[in-house]
Amino acid sequence: MEIFWYIIIGIVLAVFFILDGYDFGAGIIHLFFAKTEKDKEVIAKSAGLFWDSNEVWLVAAGGMLFMAFPTFYASVFSGFYLPLVLVLWLIIFRAIGLEFRSQFKYQMWKDIWDASFGVSSLLLALFFGIALGNIVRGVNLGIVQNGVAAHEGHYFFLPLWDSSFSPLSEHPGVIDWFTLIIGLISVVTLAIHGANWVILKTNSSINSKLKNIIFILNIVLTALTLFSLIVWQTVNPNSFDNFANKPYLIVFPIIYLTGLFGLFFIKKLKKDIHGFVLSTLLIFGGIASSLASLFPVILPSINEIHEPLTIYNTAASEYGLSVALTWGIIGFILLFVYMIIQKRLMAGKIDKMDYGH
Amino acid sequence: MEDMLFYDRLQFAFTITFHYIFPQLTMGLSLMIVYFKWKFLKTKVDKYNDAAKFFMKIFAVNFTMGVVTGIPMEFQFGTNWAKFSELTGGIIGQTLAMEGMFSFFLESSFLALFIFGEKLMGQKLHFLTGFFVFLGSWASGWFILSTNAWMQHPVGHEILDNGKFVLENFSALFTNPWLLPAFLHNQLASVVTSSFVVASIGAFYVLRNKQTEYGKLFLKTGVVFGFISSILVAFPTGDWNAKNVAKHQPATFAAMEGIFHTEEAGSEIVLIGQPNMVEKKLDNKIAVPNILSFLTYQEWHKQIPGIDQFEEENLPDNIPALYYSYHIMVGLGTIFIGVMALALFFLWRKKLHTIKPLLWTIMFLVPFPYIANLTGWYTAELGRQPYLVYGLLKTSEGISPTVSSGNTLFTLLGFVALYMLLGLLFLVLVGKTINEGPTPQTH
Repeated sequence: MEIFWYIIIGIVLAVFFILDGYDFGAGIIHLFFAKTEKDKEVIAKSAGLFWDSNEVWLVAAGGMLFMAFPTFYASVFSGFYLPLVLVLWLIIFRAIGLEFRSQFKYQMWKDIWDASFGVSSLLLALFFGIALGNIVRGVNLGIVQNGVAAHEGHYFFLPLWDSSFSPLSEHPGVIDWFTLIIGLISVVTLAIHGANWVILKTNSSINSKLKNIIFILNIVLTALTLFSLIVWQTVNPNSFDNFANKPYLIVFPIIYLTGLFGLFFIKKLKKDIHGFVLSTLLIFGGIASSLASLFPVILPSINEIHEPLTIYNTAASEYGLSVALTWGIIGFILLFVYMIIQKRLMAGKIDKMDYGH
Repeated sequence: MEDMLFYDRLQFAFTITFHYIFPQLTMGLSLMIVYFKWKFLKTKVDKYNDAAKFFMKIFAVNFTMGVVTGIPMEFQFGTNWAKFSELTGGIIGQTLAMEGMFSFFLESSFLALFIFGEKLMGQKLHFLTGFFVFLGSWASGWFILSTNAWMQHPVGHEILDNGKFVLENFSALFTNPWLLPAFLHNQLASVVTSSFVVASIGAFYVLRNKQTEYGKLFLKTGVVFGFISSILVAFPTGDWNAKNVAKHQPATFAAMEGIFHTEEAGSEIVLIGQPNMVEKKLDNKIAVPNILSFLTYQEWHKQIPGIDQFEEENLPDNIPALYYSYHIMVGLGTIFIGVMALALFFLWRKKLHTIKPLLWTIMFLVPFPYIANLTGWYTAELGRQPYLVYGLLKTSEGISPTVSSGNTLFTLLGFVALYMLLGLLFLVLVGKTINEGPTPQTH
């Protein structure tokens, strides 16, 4: 039952990153590459029409995590207090940027909210990657110092950084050089994904230029991926065991590599949707591989005293999980139905669509 | 430790207060939008459709604000109330996750369809999408209230040796005797808010002598909905809730009514007075003897336990704030009934749009239903103190053990600054929408 909920929540999270990922990515593209007002407007619109229905997946993931793994929810949300609140603020800034930019015709007004949308998108992509880095690296559970735990073994608290910026420190912070690399991977991945989205949904004048940009970003991403694989082993020595023991899990890294490899041919692809599918594979494969490498651990411990948090020692009661299964499956199907209805109704290029919020 | 509790509570109080400005309008307004759309389907008179679309625009701005201020609420259970989440997540996680999955998704998907899809879908389907938005927002209220009802009156659980609450009976969460009265009271109160908003926009259009046709329609609809909902909020739902408090939380009941001393021959109802916590009495009191006993138990001489009957540690920790919240809510509710009754009378005489003082009153009353809704929630939440889960888990035992008060103060200051900006932008945007008014249908 724990495994079932783990998979469900994993899928919902992956869908969140794929869906909201493209509007984060659109924000990054908007920040760096959109020059004319027409492009800026249409790129903002390609995110603005969809962000709120995409972010409900985050709410759903949060709710399900709370229900199924309450101890994990409590531990991680209080332990990553500062970065989480920063993420909340960025989500708010991004949303108001998108919702307010077109409300007045003054250029200055638009510039302010464009910056708010672009910068928050960039930082959010970075933070989500850093979050994944932290989960892979693990934390000082129980806040152990000199062999003595200051708290129960499932509580911790991370400062934003520690002066060494090293993932191997006894008290690593949220941001260290390893998590930063994962953060950069996330930024580059989502930028590629967002560029694909802009190409797919708009007739912006930079569409053909974006294909070049995707190509270059993909080279950067390949280099970062190779580098991260080397250091991954240092930070979390057991991370390849799962793949050795359960060879079928290799399918996830293969999905990631398919996306990565395919994107080198971005200029030759016949349909815009193909590029978008490839970057979707990239995100899904990346998240699934990271989770699969940890399973059943969901938060490693970096001290010797406390056990890591796993799906088993943080789950709610068996009865609760099975009751939730009944409504969970119905809800899960509904989520996908809503998503498909909405995407079908808003299919095609959105340039002409009325932005009527 | 004391500091941590204080800032955690302050941050939650601030963020939930700001958040609840928005859902209380959207829940009530969605019902009125469904009414406008239904009326249009029946009469084919364009102004009803214009009204539905105009209010959906206002709904959408409020919904966006509700979303961006609502995500921090869900997060805060984990960030600031980790121990509470750990111990009770197996129970309230159910209802909160259901809220996210069923109502929130329903609301947001169909809102987009309502706004963008009128031409695509035709009028009947368009009505249906509006109806689903209404359904989603009320379901949201239902799940949040079922969460809160469990905290006020815990049922259907079992407590393990390690202090964890585990679910024993899922359906008990929804048959909780606290839930239905609280839900109805809350939903009707949100209809009061939306009625006042609709009526006051109507009054504004009539008074400024522009778009007066819409103005009259909004006034009429707002006043009729407002009169009915104001009465139903007080009776039977308000009365029903008060009886529930008297039965299940007697200490809270004494504190919110300001009954310091137990009177054997029956308790008075306090209309005005300031709690004096040093001398344990009300200063400058105006009260009517025996009414409280009668209202609560239909017996003039029924004895009601006063504050003096309870141990200090089981009493709400801020009795004056609780007392004021409750009395402000009740006082405002009474005023709403009066104003709406008067407006309804003139509406019936077809003179409402000519009575300027009353129009001005309706227009400027618009903040007060918001205040009444919020003080109602303060009554529920302050009244539940010193517990998170009534009688079982103290508020002080629920906070995150590792988040220091300095960090919470930092984020609280950030939220205050950000929400001030957000509030300002919201007012500008809604003001602009109201000033422009509905767009007449072009054929």
